[in-house]
Amino acid sequence: MPHRTFFFFIFPSILAMVLFITLPIVSVVVQSLFVQHEAVLITVENCDPFGCSEQTRVDTEAMAKLEAEQPLGQFAGFSNYLNRNHLAVDEIGAIFADNQGFGDIVSRIFNLPFYKALSFTLVYCFLVTPLAMGLGFAIALAVNTLPGLLKGPTIFVSILPMIITPLVGSLILAWMFNPSGILGASLQSLTGDPGLSLRASPVLTWIVLLVYGVWTNGPFSFVVFYAGLQTVPQDTVESAKIDGASRWEVIRHVIIPHLAPLATFVALVQLMDNFRVFEPIVGFSAEANATSLSWLVFNDLVGQDSQLFGSAAATSVITIVGVLILLAPVLRRTWREFNQKAV
Amino acid sequence: MKLTRTFAAGAVSLVALIAASTAFADCGIEGKGSVRILSNDFEALRIVNDVALSCATADVTVTANATAEHKNIQGPALTVNPAEYTVAVVANNSIVPLLNDDLIRPLDDLVAKYGQSLQPNQLIKIDGKVMAIAFMGNGQHMFYRKDILEKAGVAVPTSYEEVLAAAQVIKDAGLMEYPLAASDKPGWDLAAEFVNMYLGTGGEFFAPGSAELAIDNDNGRKVLETMRAMTGFMNPDYLTYDANELNKLWDAGSVAIMNQWGSLAGAAIDPATANAEVAANTAFAAAPTIGGGTVPAAALWWDGFTIAKNISDEDAAASFQAMVKGISPETVAANPTAATWLVAGFEPGPTAVGVIGNAKGGARAYPMQPYMGLLHTALSAELADFIAGKEDADQALADVKAAYDAAAKEGGFLK
Repeated sequence: MPHRTFFFFIFPSILAMVLFITLPIVSVVVQSLFVQHEAVLITVENCDPFGCSEQTRVDTEAMAKLEAEQPLGQFAGFSNYLNRNHLAVDEIGAIFADNQGFGDIVSRIFNLPFYKALSFTLVYCFLVTPLAMGLGFAIALAVNTLPGLLKGPTIFVSILPMIITPLVGSLILAWMFNPSGILGASLQSLTGDPGLSLRASPVLTWIVLLVYGVWTNGPFSFVVFYAGLQTVPQDTVESAKIDGASRWEVIRHVIIPHLAPLATFVALVQLMDNFRVFEPIVGFSAEANATSLSWLVFNDLVGQDSQLFGSAAATSVITIVGVLILLAPVLRRTWREFNQKAV
Repeated sequence: MKLTRTFAAGAVSLVALIAASTAFADCGIEGKGSVRILSNDFEALRIVNDVALSCATADVTVTANATAEHKNIQGPALTVNPAEYTVAVVANNSIVPLLNDDLIRPLDDLVAKYGQSLQPNQLIKIDGKVMAIAFMGNGQHMFYRKDILEKAGVAVPTSYEEVLAAAQVIKDAGLMEYPLAASDKPGWDLAAEFVNMYLGTGGEFFAPGSAELAIDNDNGRKVLETMRAMTGFMNPDYLTYDANELNKLWDAGSVAIMNQWGSLAGAAIDPATANAEVAANTAFAAAPTIGGGTVPAAALWWDGFTIAKNISDEDAAASFQAMVKGISPETVAANPTAATWLVAGFEPGPTAVGVIGNAKGGARAYPMQPYMGLLHTALSAELADFIAGKEDADQALADVKAAYDAAAKEGGFLK
């Protein structure tokens, strides 16, 4: 294709990407470098139904002037990134300078909101991704052996978790895990512990969230792997069987190598998705025991009376950087394979 | 995008149409205009909105959006010119961002012209100017089960120390495994529990005249100690209960004493929806005191309406009249149990006992400092580890201060 034609062909996509991806990211990066103007405070008398009192309030006229001069707020460099609610550089330094051994360091670092959130995010990412892929692959193999009549309904039921809105799905599971819900009550009678609650302890909460993650992410891997299975060359499978390969050996030596490039693709998408874990934390009311980077952004912007745009922007940028780091090995491999093919 | 907008426009005109068709009375609104109400979503506000909606005439259109997301919508919606909504129904905390950003107008001239039915204590005056009209009081107060306390042989507690003692007796007598409950879910609810109790100690949140945090003291520690002690008598899932969830627990008959919103008291004894056995034995009282304090440990709240700045004077006048009609003594007379009304002629019924008890006991109002919201956010995230039993009170207070300081610096309140 001539370069000119290629350019015109690709131009609408590039334009859309610049408008809807690049510009918002640039704006978030810019926002993250600013803090709000220093508030001009005045003391006034407030009267409400319960009496009058002297209270401080913001001098709106003075603030309006400041904002007209510098609409973005005060430039603060990287202070939003380095402060205690994000990377907490000073606090980490203090912890390493003065501590009582390794356990103390770990517990104090995980007491900082960002690192607490990061730890759950990473655990979720690295456990749910392989487990969900494994589950999806297993379902795909199972469905593939079903007789034609049963395949359609089974596929439909298997992809249900993906069809359900994540928030609704997590609410459904949360209610089932409630002590008076079907799963919660069954677990209580199975273990003989009437006080057992999966939402009360951090470890159990994490396990429930991870189970939810595998449940909701499994179907995606299933769909992709099932499609991949249809392309496995049947002659290779048959010749393997003639050579005396067991079902397991066929899977190990024929099917898995054939699906490997697909697995890379699924891993890429799932890692990216799972790094942004958010809905189950809200759905399961798990904020006390598990938070994620996306939840930090949400908490900065929603639910209270004042919004911290700079702080939310800084967390968002760190999330983007995190996704890039996670994807780097996979992307590098894809690039190398692409170059090899080109040669 | 275009589709969404068409759809939204369609929805709005549909709402307007319904509003117009249900008009049964002319409220005598002078002039023309458009009234667009944004409010929180609970029964009392829905009643007010419905009456205002009935004021629609050929010259006056009225629409209302009652949503729990109102706090997140109101800022952006009132910033645009003309504002998306002409009326924002607010409480003592949610009016602060509107004041900070100068998004609502002084109401003195409108009160003089159309506000004859209002009482002086309904006028929220800030720096001498009327900025909002309050119409109901609210707050968290005690719900208790008469039958359980009777069986246990304990009097109605008036302090948190007595609440804990009563809980011990109820538990020991085998009447209930988990007699207490509180909205300890990390987030807005957990922070509100702390704020309530801290107000009860008489302590100040900030150093006078500045945004410097001042809760790292004996009062703060006493509050945290009490909150922790109460969790010992709560269902192990207490970290996942917010206020709405509490009412369900109450209705299931599994709690004997809890602190709950006055606006949810009506639902707890509503013969149509509540568990009859529980409802018959439910009673209300002022919030308990804490640590030898003399005032109920609960924040007083008012709900009121404000009028947007970025709208025409015509719309503002129509909006003000429609809302005054919405909160008129007639509305209150028709719905006496829906809220603790601050309107003339309100006779407090059984559901208003708690909020009025709080006010009479001298409870303090939820603070209106511009940086209080930042403290609330810091409390909501940083108290989670403490209430889950993972860290001690000193560490929790230090964490709150650190989180608040970082946020207040970003908000421009601290250097």
